Amino acid sequence: MTTTPKVSLRGLYKIFGPRDKEMMQHVAAGMGKPELLEMHRHVLGLQNINVDMQAGEITVVMGLSGSGKSTLIRHLNRLIEPTAGEILLDGVDVTALSPADLRKMRQEKMSMVFQKFALLPHRTVLQNAAMALEVQNVDTATREAEAMKWLHRVGLKGYENRFPSQLSGGMQQRVGIARALTSNSDIMLMDEAFSALDPLIRTDMQNLLLELQKELQKTIVFITHDLDEALKIADHLVILKDGAVVQQGEPQGILLNPADPYIEDFVSDINRARVLRVKSVMTPLHDPSMLDKLKGKTFAGDVAILENLESLIARSEGDTSLHYRVMDGDTPVGELHMRDLVKALVPRVSSTA
Amino acid sequence: MAFYDGLFDALGLRDWCDQDAVVAPMSMADLLKANQADAIDPNAEAFPFPSLDELHTACGKISQTRDFTTGIEDSFLAARAGLKTVLDPITQPLSLALDSTLYVFETTPWWIIVPLLVAFAWFVSRSKWVTAFVAGSFLFLGAIDHLHVALQTLSIIFVCTGISVLLGVPTGIAMSKSNLLQKSMVPILDLLQTLPTFVYLIPLIFLFSVTESKLYGIAIILYAIVPVIRLTDLGIRLVDKDVLEAADAYGMSASQRMTKVELPLALPNIMAGVNQTIMMSLAMVVIASLVSAPGLGVLVLRGIRNLELGVGLVAGFGIVLLAVILDRTSKAALSRVDKASKQ
Repeated sequence: MTTTPKVSLRGLYKIFGPRDKEMMQHVAAGMGKPELLEMHRHVLGLQNINVDMQAGEITVVMGLSGSGKSTLIRHLNRLIEPTAGEILLDGVDVTALSPADLRKMRQEKMSMVFQKFALLPHRTVLQNAAMALEVQNVDTATREAEAMKWLHRVGLKGYENRFPSQLSGGMQQRVGIARALTSNSDIMLMDEAFSALDPLIRTDMQNLLLELQKELQKTIVFITHDLDEALKIADHLVILKDGAVVQQGEPQGILLNPADPYIEDFVSDINRARVLRVKSVMTPLHDPSMLDKLKGKTFAGDVAILENLESLIARSEGDTSLHYRVMDGDTPVGELHMRDLVKALVPRVSSTA
Repeated sequence: MAFYDGLFDALGLRDWCDQDAVVAPMSMADLLKANQADAIDPNAEAFPFPSLDELHTACGKISQTRDFTTGIEDSFLAARAGLKTVLDPITQPLSLALDSTLYVFETTPWWIIVPLLVAFAWFVSRSKWVTAFVAGSFLFLGAIDHLHVALQTLSIIFVCTGISVLLGVPTGIAMSKSNLLQKSMVPILDLLQTLPTFVYLIPLIFLFSVTESKLYGIAIILYAIVPVIRLTDLGIRLVDKDVLEAADAYGMSASQRMTKVELPLALPNIMAGVNQTIMMSLAMVVIASLVSAPGLGVLVLRGIRNLELGVGLVAGFGIVLLAVILDRTSKAALSRVDKASKQ
């Protein structure tokens, strides 16, 4: 993509310990996480992170616990100070902001949703949702009207005057999301926002998020350890391991072409039929002139480019000899043989195995 | 011939010892010993502990233990004038507050002050049971002619608790923000809490005249301020880290964070501290009657001094009644705050 990214991380390092700046030279000289811990008692939290986050996209950072994903998201609003590197927000280096400017940036440009909700227990749902604007000294009537609007939007109409502890986990997180939306910031940071919820509620919340995103086009940075969740909502997927980016890109691409055994292991347990879309496995037409090529052939039917494989398998009733034409709206863009589809369902066996 | 003579001889310090040796005034023990000259002291040990007194008998240069306590006394007396010029004006408002509150409690007719106090109990506790109990207690104290002294005690407690909260909460906040301050304050708070209550009065009697009300005011505050400081510090340190992170993430300034997040969330703990502070000022106000604090304590003291058993016991029961009133009322207020913050 040629557009300038909304947020971009350049050579970001984080070392935990009292003499982190001194440790940078060891890390720059190629020392790894275990060696640094053993020889200098410093923990390498993040190493050489370079990620671009585009405006209006959901960037999902995924990794197991201890991979540094929560550390990474806290660098974006500088809840954690980086050891080295740049964090560019609309081209401005966040690491160079003064405390007052930093506060202003946190108030106006970024909002955050937390795994444990982090609502104020002594305030009502409405007051909690209005908190972001209260910090900016917006008057009560205006901020409560705005908060009310978003509470209704996330499905909490009628709960405004309850206290957070009277609500279920899912509802509390809806308050968390309403609070983030009320701040009217472009960027929303979501730190394992749905991880504490049970699976059905989690699916509901993911759908809510996708629905809101379709309408609001915010720049969302979403942290998760759940690959299914990551694949469902990601426009851009970043996979972290031991504080370093192992692979990043379009989720379908990562699924079909995992860069290393770590990711192969990761993606092997996924229900690929549900995640993969026709677009990723079809044989595309490289240019419109090849349209004629399709004309002579006979197809079992047309499929939409964004349809997932599961629904296509259901339609073909398991017949692997069928051949479909792929349509993007009204224009044919490729063809798909059921045999290729079945092949794509088998995960690439780990190269080390 | 003292036991340790040989030691000083062996160290070659004999000359230094005998050189213008301190001739201390003779103590009663010395006098008795001198009168029984040559008689073998039946208490003499074969190997006495090398205490200051024992060493003094061998070497005149070494001072006696009583010089040590006199030294402390002298240095305190020397510093007294300086301390007094500094402390007197600072603590004057305390005298004023104590005296004027006492005046108000004493001169307001009972049919105004008692309903006011009962209404106050209702206002903070919002509990019918507690309010009824408070009203009943006041009526009982009135019936046995102890209302007047009970109100004196109550007025001192109100002033001292109020000042303790006023000073203690900011101190607790400062402690929660600085580990260094916390580390240095904790031993002082431990000292204040463990020092026997009578010991507080000793230096204060030297500093201020016994007729001044701030004398007992300071003693009560020093003793009672500890829990409110400790629990404010604890309460703020226990505030959920996730909520604080949220406050930071939405760009709250330090003062917004304190007033909108930290203090409200620490309030149940602070209230528990206030409850303890009230109870401790009640304990101290009785002892403070030794230094002219008015109230029920004076009657207890009279009971002890004149062996008036009935007077002492009835006053003691009055104190228990006050303690129960204060505890129930402040606990009811605490649970109300607790419920509000956990809703």
